[in-house]
Amino acid sequence: MAVYKLKTPISEEEIRKLQVNDVIYISGTVVTARDQAHRRALEYFKEGKPLPVNLEGLAVYHCGPAVKREDDKWVIVSAGPTTSTRMEIFEDEFIEKFKVRVIIGKGGMGPKTTEAMKKYGAVYAAFTGGAGALAAKSIKRLISLEWEDLGIPEALWILEVEDFGPLVIAIDSHGNNIFESVMKQVEANKQKVYEKLGI
Amino acid sequence: MKKPLFKLDEQVYEGVHGELTESILNVKCIRLKPNNMLLTREEKSVITSEKIEDLAVKLLKLAVTELPPDVKNALKRAYEEETSEAGKTQLQAILENVEYAEKTRTPMCQDTGTIIFYIKAGVNAKGLDLFEEALRKATQRATREVPLRPNAVNPFTQKNSGDNTGRFIPFIHWKLVPGETIELTVFPKGGGSENVCTLGMLVPGEGVKGLKRFIVDAVVKAGSKPCPPNIIGVGVGGGADISMKLAKEALLRPLDQPNPDPEIAKLEKEIYEALNTIGIGPMGLGGKITVLGVNIEYAHRHPASYPAAVAFQCWAARRATARINPDGSVEFLTHKPI
Repeated sequence: MAVYKLKTPISEEEIRKLQVNDVIYISGTVVTARDQAHRRALEYFKEGKPLPVNLEGLAVYHCGPAVKREDDKWVIVSAGPTTSTRMEIFEDEFIEKFKVRVIIGKGGMGPKTTEAMKKYGAVYAAFTGGAGALAAKSIKRLISLEWEDLGIPEALWILEVEDFGPLVIAIDSHGNNIFESVMKQVEANKQKVYEKLGI
Repeated sequence: MKKPLFKLDEQVYEGVHGELTESILNVKCIRLKPNNMLLTREEKSVITSEKIEDLAVKLLKLAVTELPPDVKNALKRAYEEETSEAGKTQLQAILENVEYAEKTRTPMCQDTGTIIFYIKAGVNAKGLDLFEEALRKATQRATREVPLRPNAVNPFTQKNSGDNTGRFIPFIHWKLVPGETIELTVFPKGGGSENVCTLGMLVPGEGVKGLKRFIVDAVVKAGSKPCPPNIIGVGVGGGADISMKLAKEALLRPLDQPNPDPEIAKLEKEIYEALNTIGIGPMGLGGKITVLGVNIEYAHRHPASYPAAVAFQCWAARRATARINPDGSVEFLTHKPI
């Protein structure tokens, strides 16, 4: 397990160095996107419309923050990750079209995303589910809020972060997926647990 | 400060004289305001809407920003006992997050949950009729002030009410108990762990064996989704609704309090230890600690049914309880007051 500090924009070369179980901290620009934002971004691409932010080399964060309004400004109060599997239907295309290098979320993603990460050079980095206060602490500034019409959790929150982490590389760009290997092991362990409990 | 006035027949007693009159003659005087005016109904009852609302806002704030001591201790112990590196990074981040949230009084998780209240109401307590409205107002106020993420969505129009209230929400579970005190618990319940809660109508002939398998399968199926390490609440018997209600109530029991029935306590420990060899680990990244505890509650079952419910609680096991005494004084049972 190695620890890396990465700055956006992140190059493909930097991504290819990373292995599952490595820990990274990201500084620079992170953009939140959930189901609706993924869908719209891909529609924009099809229609040839530019996105409000160029995502190349950036990190996309599966997150719907808790926010409050203070003196006409948005303050991000708590910003932990949401369950990533909901974005599985979009993510391979999203990585291919926008050259995003890091997807941050919780709970892992499936084989389509793993394959796209291998092909185009991206990683899935798990941030601790529920650690919303810790995430908010590393957010230095809200660069801009886009697609507000999608609602607070679904909008694009373009954030400047400093040492955002620890993020565990759970899917690397070499086809390894921790969540898949863990669940395979768990299925095997289940029989032993049954025995232990006299089932 | 002016002394309270007590009126008995036409005689008015001041302060301690009034109290003595009451206790010696074993009568109840009428309380007067200092200007000799009669008290209104609301003032006579020391429990007012405002008092309940303020208390509930405080409890909500405490719950979402600070874990109760038993959960904090369990997480610390989990960090010590975890053997996988990935698991340890997760538990360390959780502990840092918990500490930071408490210090800054910000919600530890952005999903501040569906707002649920449990009330143990003394049948002779005053002001019980005030709770429903006061708790609704408190939820709206806490949403603005803490703040909480608006999490109440109409299931047919998909419209978010924006203030965490809606039809039946916040939900209040009432339980009548003897006496005059009221115990109020807030239980904000996150969506990720709620999504894997499961109910099974098991085969009675399989008995406890079937129950154990049902619990293990539920935990394996849930995998990384409920933000492990989890607390597993198990409810058995009664009926479909009763078993799930018991499973949820089991989540309210502190982790350092095993079931008072030694046989059930033994089963809790056995399942807890077995689940921590299954390997899901913190956040599903693999490791030893998959659960922080297993709490079981049961009711007797119908001979033909074996209802079993498994309720999942994420590591952010947020709850806060206070007791309201008959004199209106408040004791915080899970947290230091703010």
